[in-house]
Amino acid sequence: MAENEERLRRTMMFVPGNNPAMVKDAGIYGADSIMFDLEDSVSMSEKDAARVLVYEALQTQDYGNAELVVRVNGQDTPYYANDVKAMVKAGIDVIRLPKTESPAMVHQLEDDILAAEKEFGREAGSTHLMAAIESAKGVLNAPQIAAASDRMIGIALSAEDYTTDMKTHRYPDGAELVFARNMVLHAARAAGVAAFDTVFTNMDDTEGFYRETEYIHQLGFDGKSLVNPRQIAMVNKVYEPTEKEVLNAKNVINAIEEARLKGSGVISMNGQMVDRPVVLRAQRVMRLAKASNLVDEEGNYIEK
Amino acid sequence: MKNSVNRDLPEDVMKDLNYKPFETTEIGHPEIQRVAPKVHVSTGDDKVVTSIKQVIKDTLKDGMTISFHHHFRNGDFVFNTVMREIIDAGYKDLTLAPSSLTGVMNDMVIEAIKAGTITNITSSGMRGSLGDFVSHGGLKNPVIFRSHGNRARAIEHGDIKIDVAFLGVPNADALGNANGMEGDAVFGSLGYALMDAQYADKVVLLTDNIVSYPNTPASIKQTQVDYVVKVDKVGDPDKIGSGATRFTKDPKELKIASTVNDVIVNSPYFKDGFSFQTGSGGAALAVTRYLRQAMIDNKIKASFALGGITKPTTDLLKEGLVDKVMDVQDFDKGAADSMHTNANQQEIDASWYADPDNKGAMVDQLDVVILSALEIDTKFNVNVMSGSDGVIRGAIGGHQDAATAKLTIISAPLVRGRIATVVPDVTTVVTPGDSVDVLVTEYGIAINPKRKDLQEALGNLPGVPVYKIEDLQRLAEQKVGKPKPLEFTDRTVAMIEYRDGSIIDTVKEVKD
Repeated sequence: MAENEERLRRTMMFVPGNNPAMVKDAGIYGADSIMFDLEDSVSMSEKDAARVLVYEALQTQDYGNAELVVRVNGQDTPYYANDVKAMVKAGIDVIRLPKTESPAMVHQLEDDILAAEKEFGREAGSTHLMAAIESAKGVLNAPQIAAASDRMIGIALSAEDYTTDMKTHRYPDGAELVFARNMVLHAARAAGVAAFDTVFTNMDDTEGFYRETEYIHQLGFDGKSLVNPRQIAMVNKVYEPTEKEVLNAKNVINAIEEARLKGSGVISMNGQMVDRPVVLRAQRVMRLAKASNLVDEEGNYIEK
Repeated sequence: MKNSVNRDLPEDVMKDLNYKPFETTEIGHPEIQRVAPKVHVSTGDDKVVTSIKQVIKDTLKDGMTISFHHHFRNGDFVFNTVMREIIDAGYKDLTLAPSSLTGVMNDMVIEAIKAGTITNITSSGMRGSLGDFVSHGGLKNPVIFRSHGNRARAIEHGDIKIDVAFLGVPNADALGNANGMEGDAVFGSLGYALMDAQYADKVVLLTDNIVSYPNTPASIKQTQVDYVVKVDKVGDPDKIGSGATRFTKDPKELKIASTVNDVIVNSPYFKDGFSFQTGSGGAALAVTRYLRQAMIDNKIKASFALGGITKPTTDLLKEGLVDKVMDVQDFDKGAADSMHTNANQQEIDASWYADPDNKGAMVDQLDVVILSALEIDTKFNVNVMSGSDGVIRGAIGGHQDAATAKLTIISAPLVRGRIATVVPDVTTVVTPGDSVDVLVTEYGIAINPKRKDLQEALGNLPGVPVYKIEDLQRLAEQKVGKPKPLEFTDRTVAMIEYRDGSIIDTVKEVKD
């Protein structure tokens, strides 16, 4: 489980790997993670070109602090091996495996990544991975998949393939995804990795997008996969802590600091002991508050 | 000879045309003398005629200056109708002095140049085949490009002496009272044409809609008009405006627009009673939308919106967020219709809008303007005239004029395709960097180092990275590489006037 504690992953923006303009501009929208796609958005005739384009972009473009992810082609395709090699060579942060159905598939990817790291002189273990769950089998195996590798940073539900596999389709109320969402989320939490919700593709239905995002936020997902940069601000707004949450978190942080200065192992606030879950939540609220520009460098709430 | 923006100007052409090099954006307080037109006295009883051919025969001589307006934009039928007759009648050595030239006029202008009918042109801009033709040396004498405010100044000074103005209008009465608001081919404000109506020796109106006398409101008045010519159709309503204005969905344009809004809202000028000009184009319209929300959120109203007007701006007027719209032209039907129904949308002429040699123009009172750029350089100089191939493909419009606003924002993507927008030196300087304050790109903003106050106010906005403009230029170069320098011949094909009539740059013939 790689560097999971610190990173915010509210938004994972999909970028078609064969579109130079979008690959070039991917860094300007403030996505927490950028996912370059070599799989579904790239036609067969452009697989090689997209791989080269993303490889070159990773060498030359500055994407700031965003976590860089590549969705490689599936293990049953002739493109998979070269995708993994090229992306490891390029120094990608995370490789995302599509249509993951078993821990064995993750182990296969691990082996392939390790071989590539050796071949291209990358530090062993420096390339992380994540798994996309896109079928009934994948959902049922999610706990084992999420825990299958130390390189794993998270698992993502991909609802289009999943609903097809379930002989249904997506509905506005999302009832068809209740089990899968909870399964993926629990698998991720049990394994200590991130959980990403599926994409929402109707850009004209802003209300529906907010409804779905608020719902998955309530469930506890880290964030959402996105098909359009315009969705980033909307997700961030849903994940933005309230003023009350920020002020409370700041008090908790102050109490921790006070306890540290006193050399005390017990953190107390307003005469009450502060236990670990409260501390963790406070730290997460402060990270979100910083990312939402709600607090200054010292963590003080900025009055609007 | 070099001017103060370090442009090499051709001594011979400068001397022949009696030009001074550009020195400063400051206009000062000179005393100037305006000219007045000749008046052929009449009671006005016999102005209506049906033959444009006869009117041309009665008014036009070789060597004269003729003018048109461009309010019909690409729906214009008047220009081609009149020019056809003029070319066919065999006229020579005319100077063409329209407020601007639109694409639908290009072929006719090229034909007229080739026929020797037109030998001089002054315009706000030109695009497409005509720009290409001129940039390849198709016209012997250099084109003179002037901003809308500068055209008004040049007309008032007599630098442009219009002998005959051919002005299309969607309605007129038999004496020549006319406006742009009623009829089939409505375009709203007649702002640019009002200069021609006031200063041309002969004013010829062309209309497809003669209405009962007296026609009000009269933007052009019977006291100014010599002829009213009845024609079949003055324009194609569908091509005059952009129709229903659609907000952009391009995430990059939206990102730029939202940053422009952040800059405005956090500037010292965003307070009750402020004024602004946005212009047209996807990003500008989106800015208006963001600005609307910011005005509502902060309980701030604007005293006026200025310039070329679009429906999103007239919607603000209707909503009460803007007190007055000062309207020199309308870019869409919504804005044109609004002028008809809303008394707070005031038609203004080009002089009132932007003439520097005035007892005060609207742009002198303007707080915030958002302008575009084909290129902007590390001195903040802006090019809106020549493309990356060096070919003329733009228009000054009100760029130089509105850039005198207290806060001038250039909104432009860092690169377009594989072409850098932020460059070490622009191909053609149109608006001097001295009048530009902030550049907004999708990567972040750059603030003119001369504006310490803005560095202070905007230096620390969340989500708005501030770069030195040199760093943005380097970032652009890192993305798209360094282009081979353009190659030009020594021949000058166009002079770019600053709004005071001095020369800020020239355009050379491209070498293929």
